[in-house]
Amino acid sequence: MSSARTVVIIAALTLREASRRRVLLALAVLTVALLGLSGWGFSRLAAESSEFSTLTSGEARLAASQLLNLVMFGFSLMAALGTAFLAGPTLSGETESGIALAVLARPVRRSAVLLGKWLGLVVFGSGFIVLAGLAQCVVVWATVDYWPPQPAVALALLAAQTTVLLTLAVLLSTAVSPMASGVVAVGLFGATWVAGVVGGAGASLDNEGLERVGTVSRVLLPTDGLWRGAMHAFQDPSPITASFAAAEAFPFLSMAPLTAGYLAWAALWVAMIWGLAVASFLRKDL
Amino acid sequence: MAADPTAVSGGAAAGAAADLIADLPPAPGVWCSGLRKRYGRRPAVEDVSLEVGRGEVVGLLGPNGAGKTTVIKMLLGLVQPDAGEVMLLGRSASDPAARARVGYLPELFRYQPWLSAAEVLALHVRLTGAGVPAREQLESLSLVGLRDRAGDRVGGFSKGMQQRLGLAVALVAQPELVILDEPTSALDPLGRADVRDIVLDLKGRGVAVLLNSHLIGEVERVCDRVVILDRGRLAASGSLAKLLGQREVRLHLTDVSAAAQARLAATGELERAGDWFTVALPADDDATTVPDLVGDLIAEGARVHAVEPTRISLEDRLLGILRAGHGGDR
Ligand SMILES: Nc1ncnc2c1ncn2[C@@H]1O[C@H](COP(=O)(O)OP(=O)(O)O)[C@@H](O)[C@H]1O
Ligand SMILES: [Mg+2]
Repeated sequence: MSSARTVVIIAALTLREASRRRVLLALAVLTVALLGLSGWGFSRLAAESSEFSTLTSGEARLAASQLLNLVMFGFSLMAALGTAFLAGPTLSGETESGIALAVLARPVRRSAVLLGKWLGLVVFGSGFIVLAGLAQCVVVWATVDYWPPQPAVALALLAAQTTVLLTLAVLLSTAVSPMASGVVAVGLFGATWVAGVVGGAGASLDNEGLERVGTVSRVLLPTDGLWRGAMHAFQDPSPITASFAAAEAFPFLSMAPLTAGYLAWAALWVAMIWGLAVASFLRKDL
Repeated sequence: MAADPTAVSGGAAAGAAADLIADLPPAPGVWCSGLRKRYGRRPAVEDVSLEVGRGEVVGLLGPNGAGKTTVIKMLLGLVQPDAGEVMLLGRSASDPAARARVGYLPELFRYQPWLSAAEVLALHVRLTGAGVPAREQLESLSLVGLRDRAGDRVGGFSKGMQQRLGLAVALVAQPELVILDEPTSALDPLGRADVRDIVLDLKGRGVAVLLNSHLIGEVERVCDRVVILDRGRLAASGSLAKLLGQREVRLHLTDVSAAAQARLAATGELERAGDWFTVALPADDDATTVPDLVGDLIAEGARVHAVEPTRISLEDRLLGILRAGHGGDR
């Protein structure tokens, strides 16, 4: 039994689990609701700007960018919640309930099983965020005729953000209970987002202490940094957006694109956390 | 294997070597030596060694918390031993491939609730890499009485049904070693009888079986040997005959002459209660003592109404061993 085969079998099993558990249905319902709501919101925006002509085209694009990022934040939150709460049951839930006993007594390596689970979750989470994000871009394009400058980059970064968070959830679920791992992962995700907003406010106020909060949290858990990179790729690249973002520290606009260095750090971070998860899983007595 | 140099230098020699290897007795199903495990400061298993040969059924007995499940999990690599060595079917257990022909029913039997019974079996067949056709997979479901529930989700199964499914999972991938941790804990009497038949069938096919059950009667009926654990240590082990030691025979006799009585007393220690005589059999009894005795008694004119072999039950013996172990400490 080669380890590659084990990885593929377990990844397929994880995807099947995701598709059969309620989490997929819940995600689908929420996604459709959010898409419908945002479609309605954007069509109102379009009606306002054409009826009263109070908005210049630049302002309209700025508003569209902000709204798009706001809705995308909703999606990334859903992806984060969905995968974090899927990662818990699928790993620590299975070791707690005993499902893992029969599987791991087969001629498989534990690292291959963990990699398969992780891969299945990555495909699930990334698949969701890319599909939902793309649908949202189409909704925006149909209602207010705005198309983001780099949709592929933005969606890839959202997928990367989901991967970062679920890798953390996988590590946690090798050590703590299923529910706790989901709660802690989502809590940390929210905390770094808040820290990022605080850091943004610090930057606009020229307060270095506050700014450092955002920078440090972005290094410790790269979700927020990737999220800001994604926002930057979604939003209107015109100078008016940039100046607005810098002046107001608005949480749903980003000032700068991602650096290659940060991307490399995020990749390294995922590899390190994954390595820790394997080390913890290998030593576990079932 | 493909690059075997002897195959090039001399085909005949290689063939002879292969014959030699084929003639060797197969490696035992399980062999382990000096297994140890502590949880925190509490030792769970200390210095346990055991062996299960092919076609042999070995029972693992002992009170709750004796370390039976821990030993089984160490054999399967589910728990890392602090010390000791394990071989499965002749291969070191540190290589996961050693478990390719091993079937296992855990004490805590739970299977993916979102899969159907047939899908669970298919998953395990895929994980072992064995090419078991779907029809054969369904046969192992028939064996445990779940054939008509093959398409139902496991989440809706009762405990007993899940344990039956667990048995099917343990048996599905053509195992050469089967390890069952309390296989009948959730089963009805009919299911227990099924398990007995399944185990005896495995034995007949040369499969090594290691079985942990607290239903001693069950163990007594199917096991060739038993290993008794007490507080993590090996308290006793051996064939049932050896462990149960002395046997007796009870005879219902009338018209017992003095000569017949002397013949009885010559066989072994004699007890009499009315017409019932209880004679202890010698330890080295080679199955001729009782027929010879009965023949001689009839020749002496005694009338033989009943001959009943009696054994000290395994339960009594187990209690004796455990009590002796605990008494020694105090
Ligand atoms: N995961 C664990 N953590 C701590 N102690 C354990 C664990 N598993 C087993 N033990 C301890 O090891 C001892 C043997 O347990 P076990 O092998 O399950 O016994 P048995 O199967 O013979 O009833 C018990 O004292 C038990 O409390
Ligand atoms: Mg047990």
